[in-house]
Amino acid sequence: MASWGEASESRLIGKRVTRLSGKDKVTGKAKYTFDINEPGMLYGRILRSETAHATVIGIDLSEAEALPGVKAVIPLIEVGNKLRYQGQEIAAVAAETDDIAKDAIRRIHVDLEELPHVVTEDDAMVEGAPQIREDWAGNQSEPNVREDGDINAGFDEAAVEVEATYHTPVQTHVCLETHGHVAKWEDEQNLTVWASTQGVFGVRNDFAQHFELPANQVRVITEHMGGGFGSKFGPGIEGRTAVELARITGKAVKLMLTRKAEHLVAGNRPSMTQQVRAGATSDGRLIAYDMKGYGTGGISSGAGFTGPYVYHVPNSRAERVNVAVNAGNQRAMRAPGHPQGAFAMDSLMDELAEKLGMDPVEFRRINDPNEVRQAQYTLGAQEIGWHRRNTVPGAGTSVKKRGMGVGSGQWGGGGGRGTEARVTINADGTVEAVTGTQDIGTGIRTVIAMIVAEEFGLETTDVRVKVGDSQPGLPSGGSGGSQTTPSVAPVIKTAAAAAKQKLFERIAPLLDAPVGDLRVGTGTIYVVSDRTKTITWKQATGQLGMESISEGGTWEEDLRQNGAAGTQFAEVEIDTQTGAIRVIKIVAVQDCGLAINRLTTESQVNGGVIMGLGQAILEERFMDPVTGRMLNANLEDYKVPGTLEIPEIKSIVFDTHRKVTGVGEPPCIPTPGAIANAVYNAIGVRIRSLPITPDKILDALAEKA
Amino acid sequence: MPEKDKKQGTNISRRNFLKGVGTGTVAATVAPSVLIGSEKAAEAQAGDAIANATIELNINGKSYQVEVEARTTLLTVLRDGIDTGGNNIDLTGAKLICDRGECGGCTVMVDGKSVYACMMLAIDAQGKQITTVEGLADGDDLHPVQEAFIQHDALMCGFCTPGFIVSSAALLNENANPTMEEIKVGLSGNTCRCGTYPFIFDAVKTASRKV
Repeated sequence: MASWGEASESRLIGKRVTRLSGKDKVTGKAKYTFDINEPGMLYGRILRSETAHATVIGIDLSEAEALPGVKAVIPLIEVGNKLRYQGQEIAAVAAETDDIAKDAIRRIHVDLEELPHVVTEDDAMVEGAPQIREDWAGNQSEPNVREDGDINAGFDEAAVEVEATYHTPVQTHVCLETHGHVAKWEDEQNLTVWASTQGVFGVRNDFAQHFELPANQVRVITEHMGGGFGSKFGPGIEGRTAVELARITGKAVKLMLTRKAEHLVAGNRPSMTQQVRAGATSDGRLIAYDMKGYGTGGISSGAGFTGPYVYHVPNSRAERVNVAVNAGNQRAMRAPGHPQGAFAMDSLMDELAEKLGMDPVEFRRINDPNEVRQAQYTLGAQEIGWHRRNTVPGAGTSVKKRGMGVGSGQWGGGGGRGTEARVTINADGTVEAVTGTQDIGTGIRTVIAMIVAEEFGLETTDVRVKVGDSQPGLPSGGSGGSQTTPSVAPVIKTAAAAAKQKLFERIAPLLDAPVGDLRVGTGTIYVVSDRTKTITWKQATGQLGMESISEGGTWEEDLRQNGAAGTQFAEVEIDTQTGAIRVIKIVAVQDCGLAINRLTTESQVNGGVIMGLGQAILEERFMDPVTGRMLNANLEDYKVPGTLEIPEIKSIVFDTHRKVTGVGEPPCIPTPGAIANAVYNAIGVRIRSLPITPDKILDALAEKA
Repeated sequence: MPEKDKKQGTNISRRNFLKGVGTGTVAATVAPSVLIGSEKAAEAQAGDAIANATIELNINGKSYQVEVEARTTLLTVLRDGIDTGGNNIDLTGAKLICDRGECGGCTVMVDGKSVYACMMLAIDAQGKQITTVEGLADGDDLHPVQEAFIQHDALMCGFCTPGFIVSSAALLNENANPTMEEIKVGLSGNTCRCGTYPFIFDAVKTASRKV
């Protein structure tokens, strides 16, 4: 059975290792798609609709075409077709400079006939609202209903009940490197594209299909990537447009989305509104749960969210509806559906606990079937100092009030088949590891180097890792679902083990020992039965002469595990005069199986918590019902966490076994619920709508008074 | 530019035609016709007549001659500029992220102080010492801030990192031993989406002991 070995035997795995890409990233040498400057490269831009719903009557490209420096102008929608959201593509240009491309965009004239629009889910559900999808009655999908047990019997058994409505708005990904590509046709049949993507091979296959090219003649490169969070799996219209502009002009074309377009069309986390009724028995068992919920994923996408979540409830009914609005479609965003559902569920759990007169942690212990989280509740409560918490929420007369809350989350992250990798040992002792995954900022490069270096007794810096390129033809899946490390690590491990075995077979005669007796030391290979027989790594590889050893690997189930439990505790301080909210501390206890690189794992947990904090207290897409436009499609009015919002974060990597589990997404799940519950504990008024902003806090306090 | 004038004339008549369509149906219940572009384009065209200028910039101790338009930003020159010898300047460390002086991704030092390069016109950078993230290291010896960012894993995707590195170095230029609060305020003009902040704070603390 394949295994990662004992912790005591590991020299690198499980330790804190700095990133291989660190030096390139701190010196500005790291080249992102946005940084590619090909000789003679043109700059692409897209004209987008400022109107939420309209029919295109005419598009006049002639003035843009005539502008000096403009090399191509193409329509992206046909006259007579409908524009259905702000930001939808109308036409594109390629020009010698980005400024000329901007000028050209302004010289495209479009005649539209406006149609009635609806941009919020509540407006879309009103009877008589403009019908924006022919296939849905009243802009709503057929309800998705899930039932378990008998809710009527459950409510009969309940001693306490809570009825409440919880809401989370649309949140956008805000990738700092916007979606974009640099496309270059090497000749009529060979295409190279630098793509800011989470899935090199997926993008390659899309281009091959769309442009009718053999897949092996399309090369997609993602050396470094400036944030995706689930929104960068396909090339999108902008990617195909870049390739088309490059085809027409015969030049390389760079086309990156503007910051505004990034908010409008590059995905978002759907909204959620849940009306919930739930009951618990007098001894604290969650017994009945009845939820009706809806959300919008934009013009043609759904809005999945969880509920009930994490805690066991024997009798439940959940009904979900997708609502269409005239806005850009959702895309997967870090733990899709979970943070919204977790916020509602953890708020509900606290409301029930209070009705029962029970400590919220105690109430969770009774209802949480997950053993890992049971242990995390104890650790997290200790770490935050749960005993210091307000026993009476909102108690006291001070202006600034503090409170604590708890939240939970669950994710899969077990990885899967589909990664090909190759580990090569050269005669000069150098080592290469190649696979078609991509490093989207998680540090998979370093993880690969650590695994190979551990297997060979080398240092991580001795291993040259090549990822983010479809050219070697070693496919790997997209980096999503917290699947990268559990998908890639087992294949690298077995490839390295196979290469080591081949090397051992070559040098066993030299050491006059059976192959099974050979072991790697630190930079050496020795015979375990006679340790005087030792040669250096380079002496060993020198035996290869003109050859190299190059081995592939297989994905081994035993090297990874599905299931990552997490619990977070938050402490907040509310200024009851201004409504200002300050998150003081977050304790994040995150299960992730074997953390191959503890340092970068902690980074991931910190990052998840901070994105969760943004959702909890800052982030919201504002749509203007009158104009149909997003009011805050920039980084000034769309607030993401900055230095001043960052609390003390205690990230506890809670590794319960030595199998790999991905951890990219789960740490963002429990944060909003924990913060919302802490706000209630501080001021004694519950805010059931994210983000929890000063205006909502002041309104709530005024209502209470 | 007679050719251009002629073209403008044609366009104006076409625009009037489209405007006419719009005005004619404005009484309908739904606003029927919208124009994208039109007048703004005419204004921009008037600006096209402004001549380009060749300026000299001192970047990372090296002098560059570059032809710019009046509107060309310092950031555009660093990233996309081509010097008069035809060589790409290609200093792509500074990033365009928010395009409005909000996120600090384009931070460079101008005469030792941190500046948003997306908000500074290239012509205003003449006669000043410009230092980009590429110019912070002394050959192979990294700046203490750069060392500390690697050590503390103060980066994930790394796209905001050059801006944070330069801002941190500029902060330590002014305050060699900042408190945690001073670090947070000093870097509040920079945004990271991966959420590397806690390790950035640790890195700046470590670097402050070495500067």
